[in-house]
Amino acid sequence: MSNTQQLEDLTIQVRRDILRMVHKVNSGHPGGSLGCTEFLVALYNEIMDRNDGFDMNGLEEDLFFLSNGHISPVFYSVLSRCGYFPVEELNTFRLLNSRLQGHPTTHEGLPGVRIASGSLGQGMSVAIGAAEAKKLNNDNHLIYSLHGDGELQEGQNWEAIMYASAKNIDNLIATVDLNGKQIDGATDDVLPMGSIRAKFEAFGWIVIDIEEGNNIDAILKGMAEAKSKTGQGKPVCVLLTTMMGNGVDFMMHTHAWHGKAPNDDQLASALNQNPETLGDY
Amino acid sequence: MTMETYTYTEKKDTRSGFGAGLAELGRTNPNVVALCADLIGSLKMDEFIKENPERFFQIGIAEANMMGIAAGLTIGGKIPFTGTFANFSTGRVYDQIRQSIAYSGKNVKICASHAGLTLGEDGATHQILEDIGLMKMLPGMVVINPCDYNQTKAATIAIADYDGPVYLRFGRPSVPIFTPADQKFEIGKAIKMTDGTDVTIVATGHLVWEALEASKTLHEKGISAEVINIHTIKPLDEASIIESVAKTGCIVTAEEHNYYGGLGESVSRVLSLNKPTPQEFVATNDTFGESGTPAQLMEKYGLNSDAIVKKAEAVIKRK
Repeated sequence: MSNTQQLEDLTIQVRRDILRMVHKVNSGHPGGSLGCTEFLVALYNEIMDRNDGFDMNGLEEDLFFLSNGHISPVFYSVLSRCGYFPVEELNTFRLLNSRLQGHPTTHEGLPGVRIASGSLGQGMSVAIGAAEAKKLNNDNHLIYSLHGDGELQEGQNWEAIMYASAKNIDNLIATVDLNGKQIDGATDDVLPMGSIRAKFEAFGWIVIDIEEGNNIDAILKGMAEAKSKTGQGKPVCVLLTTMMGNGVDFMMHTHAWHGKAPNDDQLASALNQNPETLGDY
Repeated sequence: MTMETYTYTEKKDTRSGFGAGLAELGRTNPNVVALCADLIGSLKMDEFIKENPERFFQIGIAEANMMGIAAGLTIGGKIPFTGTFANFSTGRVYDQIRQSIAYSGKNVKICASHAGLTLGEDGATHQILEDIGLMKMLPGMVVINPCDYNQTKAATIAIADYDGPVYLRFGRPSVPIFTPADQKFEIGKAIKMTDGTDVTIVATGHLVWEALEASKTLHEKGISAEVINIHTIKPLDEASIIESVAKTGCIVTAEEHNYYGGLGESVSRVLSLNKPTPQEFVATNDTFGESGTPAQLMEKYGLNSDAIVKKAEAVIKRK
């Protein structure tokens, strides 16, 4: 896949997948999933250097870790659309005996998932460990990770952020989804975090802004810049400003759809705004 | 009546057995890596670090981060051994172990020193007596508590060949070395130390030596005790326990741990399901520890050979 139109088409299809998945089981997290759709589509199709198939050790390929595991719908959709498992399996999201658990896990052997996440704040440490393993293996590929902005309230992140710069983990690009929202409301109301950029910089990271985090060209440009900053002795942070619920008008500009599924009428409206492109599962 | 007796010529700390085992792994297994949260000297990791500096990760005082990094290192084929005190290896980082290691099925070896009361003078903030319970409740977690330097060294080496998460618990005080240096360590396989007919004593960790001492005293009193060294608490060697009580008809369990969640409760479950048997517990009585020398603490909290003798005599009367 190479041109922007193809990525746009896939983005719309992934949105449909997310909406249909959470609607079917009347649970799950559409808001953050929709906000990160363009990013994960671009990451898996343009940015990462991936091998065919899935091997847990991921030697000689780029790896991705999802720390804010509640956006599993977008993760599952992108993984399946990239061929890690059949798209039909999206039908089993959150059902009994499914490999597509509410939050991602390795426990059921779903290809593409390398760590369980959902209990927040743990993914950066895991990503750093995987980055250290790459260095030990003389493997020049990169580790990517994604974190929520509210998730940065978990203290383990700051242990990891301190470690990564102190130990020159320069094969890591950690992206923070700056959607400004968490379950109880705006992050600025729940627990204001001040300047996240200033904090990462104070900890010795290189920080790249992607202000249009739902624009594929902007994502490709920003991530190319981030990639160019790796290998310079410092970890790289991408601050990705996104719109929660992007692509569905009534899910945008609110935190109400963090963990709530649309009803039948809402689904119809949302799907009308995102006409089928590559074919529904 | 004759019995097998154990003697020793040297005392050493079990943590040094861990250090020696880790150093040997450094020489024999290139995938083994070690992590420490600012306690290199306490964990006796110096030799491994000196010989393999590139395979050692000093994390600083950040145990949660250490568990996550260890989980990540497995992705890439490494076999991480984390080192810190038992308290900071378990309770402090329970959710990190639960999600990133146990639920994720990662091949991390959580190596925990200074377990129990025998940490001594530092007191209850550092003396965890709940760690066996915490760790055995995690699905898939192997829990090992070896008894002396030799067994701790052998266990350290053995767990590198086991694919999955392991909790390895050891301690600070110098204790007798009484198991053979060449004894093969088999995860989940109990070792019968003495044959006996009147009472079974199942002990783990530092209490194995105390159980052997108790068996001598009991022998002098005409009581024949069968002592079993149960270095692996999970998976538990159920067959060995059931076989022994079939002969003796009663059992004492002995551990440096709270009776809630410890070895004793695991044994009770096995017996209640298979062969209900009178049981007495040598364990702490739902309490925190305190400052003191290891010997003082083990006496005060009833975890020494005298306590085992009393419980053995009591349980025999309940037959």
